[in-house]
Amino acid sequence: MSPYATVLVVCGLVVLSLLYLLRTRKIKEKYAAIWIALAAAILILGAVPSVAFWLSGLVGVQTPANLIFAVAVVVLFAVCIQLSTEVTHLEEETRTLAEEVALLRLEVTQGRESDARTAERAESSPR
Amino acid sequence: MPAVPLPTRLLAIIPAWNEQETVADVVAEIRSAMTNVDVLVVDDGSTDRTATVAREAGATVLTLPINLGVGGAMRAGYKYALRSGYSRTVQIDADGQHDPQEIHRLLTLLDNGADIAIGARFAGVGDYVARGPRRWSMRVLSSVLSRVARTHLTDTTSGFKACNARAVRLFAANYPAEYLGDTIESLVIASRAGLVVRQDGVKMRPRAGGQPSHSPVKAAIFLGRAVLALVIALSRPTEPLGPEAP
Repeated sequence: MSPYATVLVVCGLVVLSLLYLLRTRKIKEKYAAIWIALAAAILILGAVPSVAFWLSGLVGVQTPANLIFAVAVVVLFAVCIQLSTEVTHLEEETRTLAEEVALLRLEVTQGRESDARTAERAESSPR
Repeated sequence: MPAVPLPTRLLAIIPAWNEQETVADVVAEIRSAMTNVDVLVVDDGSTDRTATVAREAGATVLTLPINLGVGGAMRAGYKYALRSGYSRTVQIDADGQHDPQEIHRLLTLLDNGADIAIGARFAGVGDYVARGPRRWSMRVLSSVLSRVARTHLTDTTSGFKACNARAVRLFAANYPAEYLGDTIESLVIASRAGLVVRQDGVKMRPRAGGQPSHSPVKAAIFLGRAVLALVIALSRPTEPLGPEAP
């Protein structure tokens, strides 16, 4: 099998598994989109290798492989930053929920205590 | 929640994380030091008996299901104060380093027009001394934050603070949870929102028990983190104090 065909097969598998994760709701569109776009780009490069040569000539990189490696690093970097912002957002949401749970729990306990006191008073002074 | 709100109700907020040895004494001391004060212990996901001990000592206990850090515990406390209609709060450490007898000094500052009153350790009262990188970073922080707050501040990382209703309203919505955010960034947020910050010197007592949260190794890292927290806080967009909530 030629290396290009191998790339095509791998990309196809990646896209299929992402579609599977999307269908089973194990991944959200906003996270899967970037991976599908990436797989599609690699698919094009694998199917039409001359695109890589044309691109590297365009931006002035001598070896097409180096261009692809450089782009891959940038894309992975961007994904990491996106995930960091998502985690930050989630932490803030968790914090707000924790505060709300604590406040509600206190209200429930205080409500139960005052209910118990009212019941006690009603029992101790029957009319 | 009490049905009839008193004109000036003070809430003492104690953020506590695994402080079962000292929190009861602190609660008892506050209650004996002043009348007309309610005590709220924010149990910050403790794994020991902090919540039980505090409740037995007569405090209201807000139990966070996970550990959020001092900043997270304090925002929960400010939310409680806002929703329960307290017009003043005072934050006190659970380790017994702050003397509840000195709360009235902070309240006097609030009476004289301050929105936030800080109990400062290096203002000539008491003999608390920090050394090495921790001391240098505190100096740097003080000089920068004094300029931001347009007042002379000597202890910007103090956990002994009183707030009036305006400050409570700001902090209930906007109080940083990051390391040092609860002290440094909260002062920046308050100053930018137009609140008046003042300080008064207070004595610091040695810890009554438990483990100090800053080891010598951590103190060395303190400088870098403090400066980073300050730079980020100063570069953030201004958060205005919103209109009076209904």
